[in-house]
Amino acid sequence: MPDAAAFHLSASVRHRVAGFSLEAEFSIATAWTILFGPSGAGKSTLLRILAGLISPGEGQIHLNGRSLTDTNRKIAVAPGRRGIGFVTQQAALFPHLTARENIAFGIRHLSAGQRTERIEELLALFGAEPLAARKPAQLSGGERQRIALARALAPRPHFLLLDEPLAALDAASKQTLLAALRSLDVPALYVSHDLAEVWQEDAAVLVLDAGRIHAHGPAREVLAPHRDHLLRLLTTAR
Amino acid sequence: MDLQALWLTLRLAAVTTVILLAIGIPLAAWIVSTRSPLRPLIESLTTLPLLLPPTVLGFYLLVLLGPRTAFGRLWIHLLGHPLAFSFSGLVFGSAIYSLPFAVQPVVSGFHAVDAALIDQARLLGAGRMRLLREILLPLSTRSILTAALLCFTHTIGEFGVVLMIGGDIPGATRTLSIEIFDQVQDFHYTAANHTALVLLAVSFIALVVLYRRNPRSWSLHA
Repeated sequence: MPDAAAFHLSASVRHRVAGFSLEAEFSIATAWTILFGPSGAGKSTLLRILAGLISPGEGQIHLNGRSLTDTNRKIAVAPGRRGIGFVTQQAALFPHLTARENIAFGIRHLSAGQRTERIEELLALFGAEPLAARKPAQLSGGERQRIALARALAPRPHFLLLDEPLAALDAASKQTLLAALRSLDVPALYVSHDLAEVWQEDAAVLVLDAGRIHAHGPAREVLAPHRDHLLRLLTTAR
Repeated sequence: MDLQALWLTLRLAAVTTVILLAIGIPLAAWIVSTRSPLRPLIESLTTLPLLLPPTVLGFYLLVLLGPRTAFGRLWIHLLGHPLAFSFSGLVFGSAIYSLPFAVQPVVSGFHAVDAALIDQARLLGAGRMRLLREILLPLSTRSILTAALLCFTHTIGEFGVVLMIGGDIPGATRTLSIEIFDQVQDFHYTAANHTALVLLAVSFIALVVLYRRNPRSWSLHA
């Protein structure tokens, strides 16, 4: 697994699309960072830029000292060469492939033996061994997300982008998968718009609103201005 | 019925279909993925044969393939005879004429593939060729079959382009549709009817094969 202690991501990007403007400049070195913000804040757009799926209008992105995007120097490393895994709320498993083949898709470069070993390791991590031969249509939503996470982790990414991949799951499944993910020690940027969830996480938080980074720091510090709203939410929940 | 014409027609349709799939699939992949400003121009050119009267297309192809153009002279130099009024010429004209039927269904099929799957394939390191081979093609088999059947049946039934480029040479360029024309001209209506029934049956069977593969979208029954 990548060394989370040596992890460092810095990004300074400006991007305009259909009347929406994103201007984000930040640097993270913590293993687990939450990107928090309301719907429409630009979280998914920011993640797609980091993943290399969108080229920003201008900006630079560096991961562990390597330049992934630099519009001035015309550097745009392809998504598959960034060492970044990306899982979204939509599992997006390849429907014509089995769970095992989905996980194998990104590790074609490994020998057959190494590939099998890696797939078994990930299936075991997510308790998905019985699902290996099934196709996505034969899996439940939670099972699909487990395979999607295993698929993203298979190539041993240096950094993981998680765009609310567990949002549709029940609380227990969500906690199990989060614990499995955090046990891996792969640095991750985890998107959430759930204030209560973020408050309870022991993580650094980046607050994105209307395309701008408004705060960055420990959850309790950064979310202090939202405390009253949070209390109302928790009270209502009880 | 002229079995020679039947064999020529089937051979023409098969060769044209294979060539069109070989050209149409990569062209469709380029159309759905490119950011080139040339895309609307290329798309228009591939769709143009759909709107042009076959005789207009046939006329221009006849001129293009003849000794008056550099292209025509090159072919004469390479083959030793003009491309027009030969089976190769018919294949060339049929491929141009049926090109929209090869490209449009495949473009639609590729467009229908969920963009999230393309993103994931790219994130997992798939380049253009692997994306086409392992994601787009397997998820667009219905569109590719549609394209193949449309190319085949459209080529079997074509008349104007074949007549303009190939004329009416028995065994070389006389297809079933030309034969029907000849039979009607000679007042052999019974023979024309038999030949027409063969064309009708081939087209009908192809459509049944095509629609049998279409899934039922919804049902009124539990």
